[in-house]
Amino acid sequence: MLKVSNLEVSYGAIKAIKDISFEVKDGQIATLIGANGAGKTTTLRTISGLNRVSSGHIFFKDTNITNMEPHRIVNLGISHVPEGRRIFATLTVMENLELAAWTIKDKNVKSERYDLVFSIFPRLKERFKQLAGTLSGGEQQMLSVARALMTGGSLMLLDEPSMGLSPILVDEIFDVIQKINKQGTTILLVEQNARKALEVADYAYVLEVGTIALQGSARELKEDQRVKEAYLGA
Amino acid sequence: MRNKKTILFIVYSLIFYAIIFLFHSLGIISDYILHIINLSLIYVILATSLNLINGFTGQFSLGHMGFAAVGAYISGILTTLIWHIKPGNPGSYVLFIIAMLVGGVAAALVGLLIGLPTLRLRGDYLAIVTLGFGEIIRTIINNIDYVGGPRGLLGIPKFSNFTIIFITALLTVILLRNLIFSSHGRAFLSIREDPIASELVGVNTTRQKVIAFVIGAFFAGIGGALLGHLLTLAHPTQYGFMQTVMVLVMVYAGGMGSISGSIVAAFGLTFLSEGLRILLGAIGVAIEWRMVVYAVLLIMIMLFRTSGIMGGREFNFLLPFNKEE
Repeated sequence: MLKVSNLEVSYGAIKAIKDISFEVKDGQIATLIGANGAGKTTTLRTISGLNRVSSGHIFFKDTNITNMEPHRIVNLGISHVPEGRRIFATLTVMENLELAAWTIKDKNVKSERYDLVFSIFPRLKERFKQLAGTLSGGEQQMLSVARALMTGGSLMLLDEPSMGLSPILVDEIFDVIQKINKQGTTILLVEQNARKALEVADYAYVLEVGTIALQGSARELKEDQRVKEAYLGA
Repeated sequence: MRNKKTILFIVYSLIFYAIIFLFHSLGIISDYILHIINLSLIYVILATSLNLINGFTGQFSLGHMGFAAVGAYISGILTTLIWHIKPGNPGSYVLFIIAMLVGGVAAALVGLLIGLPTLRLRGDYLAIVTLGFGEIIRTIINNIDYVGGPRGLLGIPKFSNFTIIFITALLTVILLRNLIFSSHGRAFLSIREDPIASELVGVNTTRQKVIAFVIGAFFAGIGGALLGHLLTLAHPTQYGFMQTVMVLVMVYAGGMGSISGSIVAAFGLTFLSEGLRILLGAIGVAIEWRMVVYAVLLIMIMLFRTSGIMGGREFNFLLPFNKEE
């Protein structure tokens, strides 16, 4: 579904991503794990078109999306839950979701989307008229995911969805991710919480200072001695 | 529901219109006061349209009166220098409205020309470019003899009467309100809140910013056309940076992202600056202190109501839906 080949991204003279290639298969949950500064967020932002590609290619369902404008990539079917939630704080929950659905012209499709979102996030239905900025941290993260779901992408990129959440909420958000995946959305997950990420993922890539150091099925990597030492604290 | 509230708003406005009109014909409201009301209404057009760009879409334009100048001069050239029409017969009013619309469209085209390259960029580029544009327009007008150069365009027929200004201001407010509460309006707000998140939900932010900017410029042009035909002259100094700041102050004092705020501030500040003339004269203070008092009052507003008089809210009758709904 998503194929990244020989990708390089630079911030000025500094190369943040050096020649990485990876793939996300249809229906999978793939995860990118790694330490701070490894280039995880940069990778996601580049797929979404927020960062420029220096060299290499990104293909989504056989469409070349390298250096395409972000809103066009969204319309092709990649939704992105950005790092730090980035919800529209002074708009209501409803307005946040309406915005994400604004390219949908068909009323039936729109109400189906709403049904899907509310079946996964019943809490947001209760908070429908509330200003998004007044939600709790966990609810804001849920809204950020719901908003991405609303755009109706077939691939969802999630950037550190567990950041700043309590352990119970972390479990909840990972449940949600699995639910969304079961509904047919392919997922590329970036996480610092490697243990949780490897639990839900099918396939994993370990990113170290801009290159892919290791890859394999999540089950394999969980047992890998190097991963255990560096990321699982065992 | 939506239509009902719009009708209610129009009814309120017509009552306001009828009262002013009646009081003026009875002589309770003098010509001078009516002139200030007319000015206030023109400032309503200018402030609400600037609020669309600065308050709702979160861009920072400093060239609003530049667009007003385009509207004033283009419409003025048509009515004064080309058609030589005078108010009186209904036909000339139709021509005036056409001239006003041409002025608005011209301002919008100039807005498109400036907006397209500039609004692709993030940050303060728009402020710098529009600041420059305002000065360029003024300099160009100053040096074109055809429109009077530094003397200004004189002898513009006085087409802007209370009725025309009132209807135009009312239409402007209704159109801007409908725009802001549409899906486009939500897209504008999302750009103000977070341009990156806005792109990530599929909003073409550059396109939406250009749309807001061009619509804002159009109404500035309309406002300028009305101003020229009210004062019966268009002069380069009326459309300088300080005049843009006046409109900007109205937007901030009324509240960023509030049409109601811009309306209140346009009336409040126009009456305040005129009212101080009378007040200071009455208590024997030199009129030169007017701007000092004006500035102090503005500082007070911003100190005690940081987010403006209306603080981003709207009057209930301006909302297209009920709050509890």
